[in-house]
Amino acid sequence: MAPPAATDWSPLWISLETSITATLITLVAGLAAATWRERRTGAATALVDGICLLPLVLPPTVVGFFLLLLLGRNGPLGKLLLWLGATVVFSWPATVIAAAVVAFPLMYLTARAALEQVDSRLLEAARTLGATEWRVFREVALPLAWPGVLAGTILSFARALGEFGATLMLAGNIPGRTATIPIAIYFAVESDDMRSAVAWCAADIAISLALLSGLYYWTHAQGPARWARR
Amino acid sequence: MPLEVHIEKRLPEFTLDVSFSAGDGPLGILGASGAGKTMLLRCIAGLEHPNRGRIVLGDRTLLDTERRVRVPARNRRVGLLFQHYALFPHRNVGENIGFGLHDLTRGERERRVRDVLERTHATGLERRFPREISGGEQQRVALARALAIEPEALLLDEPLSALDTHLRSQMEAQLQETFLEYRRPSLLVTHNIEEAYRLSDRLLVLSRGRVAALGPREEIFRRPPSVEVARVTGCKNFSRARAISENVIEAADWSCQLRVAQTITRPVAHVGIRAHLIDFAESSSGGDTEENTFPCWLVRSSETPFRITLYLRLNKPPDESGRFELQAEVFKEKWERFRGRPLPWHVRLSPESLFVMPE
Repeated sequence: MAPPAATDWSPLWISLETSITATLITLVAGLAAATWRERRTGAATALVDGICLLPLVLPPTVVGFFLLLLLGRNGPLGKLLLWLGATVVFSWPATVIAAAVVAFPLMYLTARAALEQVDSRLLEAARTLGATEWRVFREVALPLAWPGVLAGTILSFARALGEFGATLMLAGNIPGRTATIPIAIYFAVESDDMRSAVAWCAADIAISLALLSGLYYWTHAQGPARWARR
Repeated sequence: MPLEVHIEKRLPEFTLDVSFSAGDGPLGILGASGAGKTMLLRCIAGLEHPNRGRIVLGDRTLLDTERRVRVPARNRRVGLLFQHYALFPHRNVGENIGFGLHDLTRGERERRVRDVLERTHATGLERRFPREISGGEQQRVALARALAIEPEALLLDEPLSALDTHLRSQMEAQLQETFLEYRRPSLLVTHNIEEAYRLSDRLLVLSRGRVAALGPREEIFRRPPSVEVARVTGCKNFSRARAISENVIEAADWSCQLRVAQTITRPVAHVGIRAHLIDFAESSSGGDTEENTFPCWLVRSSETPFRITLYLRLNKPPDESGRFELQAEVFKEKWERFRGRPLPWHVRLSPESLFVMPE
């Protein structure tokens, strides 16, 4: 079900590049936020939780609008970037930013759940054995939380791939630069190009389905047999 | 290389406020659940932070809140053994033990791993994962891992309580052996009185965050300084008491006067006797004239494989309330000899077995 030859393939590559980059950013940011959050308790952290989860519940158009205000020519970050000689709005990085912000809550939530599940006594044992906090994280917490972190990564990737509203607000529809698959679908339908729309829809469904079922298979295949001598 | 601990830590229920010093060798720490035993170990290991205090190990100050010294757990060189082993499930035994030997060369690390495994009788497990070995082996590996970093003190938090009876006695023998060669301060937290007694010459009893007793085990068992300590060390029989003369007391809850072997110097609040030291007069009559001997009736009994616990009412027959004053523990052979005798029996609380406790 490939798109017709006349169709431009760029939305696929833009979508994949955007999603991969956004997922990597989300992975690092989500892990950092989750680790930070795990060590703290109190009212302030609840507010942080709320802020971290907002992009999950707000309409993507609202997220996109806020990002536009923040990064636009008159926005605080936008001015700073302009001073540095860069504009983000309506460029490829904007698709990455929009996708990363929208996918972040999924990564944050799953990473936190996975890190919380790690037996704190193992981390303490590592500390009494002389490990620095970085080693405790890298060699004990992260490997033990890895299944959850990987699940979060895949969910984030799938979410980034499907991002439409915020991307349209912040990055617009510039074919070959910011037009991702969802945006290509929208504009194909709008210009009555049903063949392209159906083809891109099929591509999107195929990628997401493969990812999600792969994730499901993988988490079940990795049962209690993990960490046993084979 | 003594370990000196003076700490105060506020907890939701009470304040942990302990001061003691432990020399080389094992020190058993007893106390009711929630007395602060585990918290004490965690403070020494650096996993919890006391509100105030000082911890000195040999010539190193691990904590001094006044001088704002707080050595992080990773630099304390204090080995900690957890009740549930806390082995890293994703690393094999060799890697678990090698975890603390990160700075050594590979060859040196492997040599050390082999060496501690030999010392803990766990040779040959290097390539196995924790979930593939038994609980007893896991605790041996955890001990090996703690010893591998050559800690300057060893903290053991109920190391035997997750093991079944058989593995427990094997692991106890292992600890005994380890304590013989590892002559550094070793704090052993346990619920099991006999285990504490067998493994450590000195005992510390914690009660609601305070040191209730500290000293040689024989002394603490023979003359517990308070009802709390007597109870923690397994004593079952107490009565409120007051002194009548230098060595006679009136036991209010047992409604009798008793001669004691100790010379009473301080005001007496309680008297106690251990269940296995309660004796029964052989003759069934005329015993009442002997000292510290009283008629008693059996309220109920409960059996263990080799012994029987008798719940006794002193001086009067039991009523429907089921009240009893004394718990006596006798071996089954002895029980067989006098179980058929008519009630009342005559119980003897020998002056040497009684101990008095001040307010």
